[in-house]
Amino acid sequence: MNIYVCIKQVPDTEASILVKDGRSINEANVKWIISPYDEYAIEEALKLKEKVPGSTVTAVCLGPDRVQGALRSALAMGADKAVHVECTVILDPANTARALAHVIRADKDFGIIFLGKQAIDDDAYQLHIRLADELAIPVATNILAFAFDGGKVRVEREIDEGAREVIEMAVPCAVAAAKGLNTPRYASMMGIMKAKKIEIRKIPLAETGAEEARNQVRLLKMSAPAEKPQGRIIPGEPAAAVQELVRLLREEAKVL
Amino acid sequence: MANIGLYIELKDGIFKKSNRELLSLARKGGHHVHAVLFCQDAKPYMEELKGVQTIVQVKGADLSYQPDRYARTLASVIDEFKLDIFCGIYSAQGKDLFPRLAAKAKAGLVNDCLSVDLDTRKAVKPVYSGKLLAEYRIDGERALFTIRPNVIPVEPPAGLAPEIKSAAIDSGDLGTRIVEVVKSASQKVDLTEAEIIVSGGRAMKAKENFAILEDLAKVLHSGVGASRAAVDSGFATSDMQVGQTGKVVNPKLYIACGISGAIQHFVGMKTSKVIVAINKDPEAPIFKKADYGIVGDLFTVVPLLKEEFKKVLS
Repeated sequence: MNIYVCIKQVPDTEASILVKDGRSINEANVKWIISPYDEYAIEEALKLKEKVPGSTVTAVCLGPDRVQGALRSALAMGADKAVHVECTVILDPANTARALAHVIRADKDFGIIFLGKQAIDDDAYQLHIRLADELAIPVATNILAFAFDGGKVRVEREIDEGAREVIEMAVPCAVAAAKGLNTPRYASMMGIMKAKKIEIRKIPLAETGAEEARNQVRLLKMSAPAEKPQGRIIPGEPAAAVQELVRLLREEAKVL
Repeated sequence: MANIGLYIELKDGIFKKSNRELLSLARKGGHHVHAVLFCQDAKPYMEELKGVQTIVQVKGADLSYQPDRYARTLASVIDEFKLDIFCGIYSAQGKDLFPRLAAKAKAGLVNDCLSVDLDTRKAVKPVYSGKLLAEYRIDGERALFTIRPNVIPVEPPAGLAPEIKSAAIDSGDLGTRIVEVVKSASQKVDLTEAEIIVSGGRAMKAKENFAILEDLAKVLHSGVGASRAAVDSGFATSDMQVGQTGKVVNPKLYIACGISGAIQHFVGMKTSKVIVAINKDPEAPIFKKADYGIVGDLFTVVPLLKEEFKKVLS
């Protein structure tokens, strides 16, 4: 099966994020990682490849040159091919989906496409569904369990606390991973060495039909949220402190 | 004046309380508001929907949630009633449904909004897990927004009774087919809509110890959350994780027990109205971010807290 995994490169979760000139972030000193949910997508794609003989996994990533680092990481984990859609502008999710769909559609035999449920930078939570719509294939999001029996895909999706929807789809389809789906593997030294030799295919954005002018969702500005004023420590022995805390919650904070 | 549509989410026939936030947002602007709900009988919801101009009641033999059908139905409702803006809740269902609807309706969508200006179609939402706020504007014929629960102040329903119109549910093919809904054995509180959350971190030390948080949660009718450290250590399940790679929660009261307060956890709960921290380490970063803190061993403090809450809440 020709398996695809779409990934995004984002700042590390522990990074402090500062705004630069209103619409972008200060990238100095930012450590870039693959968005954590996309790592579950990669892992599930690799597991499927191991199960279905003759499969290949192609990682696709859109962004500036630095995203080749994310693609190298995916290759080091075990992906076979990588495609970089070269893009230095802000695209809305529909446009990004258009660009990624262009890459995947070129392969007449594409099978299952894995993505993360959301990217932890803009948290737009819609690329997977937009991409599936572009490709006219079914999609399931927020997936905690995945199975493929050679014919159809069966997944479990987390809904409200603890409850799950069991979903069936025919192939080709798209699956958006949540935390808990699997434990992503680390790249082996051999994997890292192998990844260095694989050529990353580059596709200019202009070829894909996506363009900034077609954005329907426009980012106007970003700003830092107001800081919470520092709170206070309630002194005293545990019993007295607890009593005072509950009083403050009732009388001062009025949350009870 | 714009035609505003609201997707009123019912869960097993129960009116979700976050619907009130949507209604409070939409009633304000002097727009024509359409409340769209999938139900056999709209009467039980009439009191809540006062002040809305039109109810669009979607009927059919099988109204169970199937994403393809719901999305196609709502896309045709948007067409038929010429809705300019369509809003819903950023809930488990909203997250699945609204992108599908946006794709069908060829419309822009901003999810997880903290505020929406219906006149200018601008919305503010957290990005980088709340480390920043971003303002977006949706251009094009239609605009879709979902709203984060527990953000918009709720005003009691007031106004005239709406006119009821009906629409039929789409019965076309299903590409994505929900074949079963498995309920969890324990009826847990939905963290993303919970008013109070008690959360445990690495200092919980073991899975069994979460029982003391469960006991406290029972008294407060609250949800139980966990930090990434607690989940990664196997003390809690991943559906309990609050933080950048877990759930973003927004309760009135968040009680962090034995949580150090790493930035990736903090961004998942920082919009809580009141944060309480209980930690043995007076230097723990969580104390800088909490409204109230108690320096002490959570295994001593939490049971005391439970007893004190029990006393005052009974």
